[in-house]
Amino acid sequence: MNDLRRKLLGAAAILLLKPFAALAAAWNKDAFGAKTPQDALTGIGVGSPAPSKDLVIEAPQIAENGAVVPIEISSAIAGTTAIAVIIEKNPFPLAARFDFQNGALPYVKLNVKMNETCDVRAVAIAGARHYTATKEIKVTIGGCGG
Amino acid sequence: MPGPMKMRATLGSGHTDVRVLMTHPMETGQRKDAEGKAVPMHFIQNLTVKVNGRTVVEAQISQAVSRNPVFSFRVRGGAKGDKVEVSWLDNHGESNKTETAVA
Amino acid sequence: MRWPAILVALLLPLSAAAQDAKKEIQRYQRMIGDGSPVELFELQGEALWKKPQGPRQASLEKCDLGAGPGVLKGAYARLPRYFKDTDRVMDLESRLLHCMQTVQGRSAEEALKRVFGNEDRPSEMEYLSAYIAGRSRGVVISPGTRHPKEAQALELGRKLFFHRAGAWDFSCASCHGEEGKRIRMQDLPVLSNPRDARPVVATWPAYRVSNSQFKTMQWRLNDCYRQMRMPEPVFASEATVALNLFLTATGKGETYRGPGTKR
Repeated sequence: MNDLRRKLLGAAAILLLKPFAALAAAWNKDAFGAKTPQDALTGIGVGSPAPSKDLVIEAPQIAENGAVVPIEISSAIAGTTAIAVIIEKNPFPLAARFDFQNGALPYVKLNVKMNETCDVRAVAIAGARHYTATKEIKVTIGGCGG
Repeated sequence: MPGPMKMRATLGSGHTDVRVLMTHPMETGQRKDAEGKAVPMHFIQNLTVKVNGRTVVEAQISQAVSRNPVFSFRVRGGAKGDKVEVSWLDNHGESNKTETAVA
Repeated sequence: MRWPAILVALLLPLSAAAQDAKKEIQRYQRMIGDGSPVELFELQGEALWKKPQGPRQASLEKCDLGAGPGVLKGAYARLPRYFKDTDRVMDLESRLLHCMQTVQGRSAEEALKRVFGNEDRPSEMEYLSAYIAGRSRGVVISPGTRHPKEAQALELGRKLFFHRAGAWDFSCASCHGEEGKRIRMQDLPVLSNPRDARPVVATWPAYRVSNSQFKTMQWRLNDCYRQMRMPEPVFASEATVALNLFLTATGKGETYRGPGTKR
């Protein structure tokens, strides 16, 4: 099959697929089902992200309870289109992925569950480039047993 | 019937702050009920934020997000009266949404 | 005299670490409070307040919480207090219980059936407490202390606070009566001291992130009794109202911040 035909068929295939994809909201089952941080990264298409000081995690060093740990992430890396949150020692490390477009800033604040003291890892995706930052959060059980 | 949602959208310096609260058990599937049976997984998987009809944030979230989730987002620019809409869809196919005007 | 220097050298890093921990915990508390599910409970509470219920199919909107029927602004901040119509001191929950019966015609049994809820189904008391307390945001806490029955209740509350009993011979003061105490990572407030009572009273009732439940003062007192291994107090009993008054009066003068968010 010649080159042009291949391209046209490819384009037609994409046009056919797009509306269906838009109907069912995408949820990356493989990545969310990954049991290690590395597999979670692979699941979202990230290989070896480079540490970056322009990706900032704002969170308390100590969480009084692991059920609600507040985390604020912002990326000053140019062209950031997505931010993912990975919690190292959770049974399923990938906690969330945010894709930004049409003027949304690469910023998010959310509350996550942490199983135990460990690193919270933020990953910023800026096109083909991937960046990362981590912060250790200590999880405690409070008071008279919660 | 999903529980209430509430959103506040305010103008910051050069951007719009959106904060949305939602009611959802975000069950991990690991919690045991009074009889010792595991409470099945029930959690929000998708969250969409739109401003004036245009999607600005698409989020995929897991059961690791806390019960009764609260999210904050920021959108560049914005003006008073802009319509912000947040909707969610969970793994049971249930959904909810809320709308507010930027104050 | 080398010993004191060594002691200081050993103790300093420990206290610095303790200070850091305290700061980080305060940061945690600030961040969870900033954008909390509390608002959703207030919303639900408002709907419940206006919902016709009971044999009279009446809403609670005619309930008098001390400032007149249906007046909510600042009402919570002035509780507990003496009520002429019942000739006794009442707190928010005892007053709600009273209104459920007198305004809505509900039986005590029915109204008391499920006063403490859970994360899947909060109780009416919890929703209503959130809403009504929220309507006292920014109001100075000033419970009734001058009426003879209020003075009596205050004194009873004070006695109860220090009264040791139960299997472990505990009183409230066992945990909340001495400086510098803590349980795990929680610094224990000395609740008989206005300095510590004020911020506590200014942030209850509260949403508890550890179990995603909204907890009221009646629950808090009930659970303290459980933790002290004492018999379960009767909901809205004279004893619980007296204790509530003692705590609130000790914290009086503080500006009520609205329902809190706690671990």
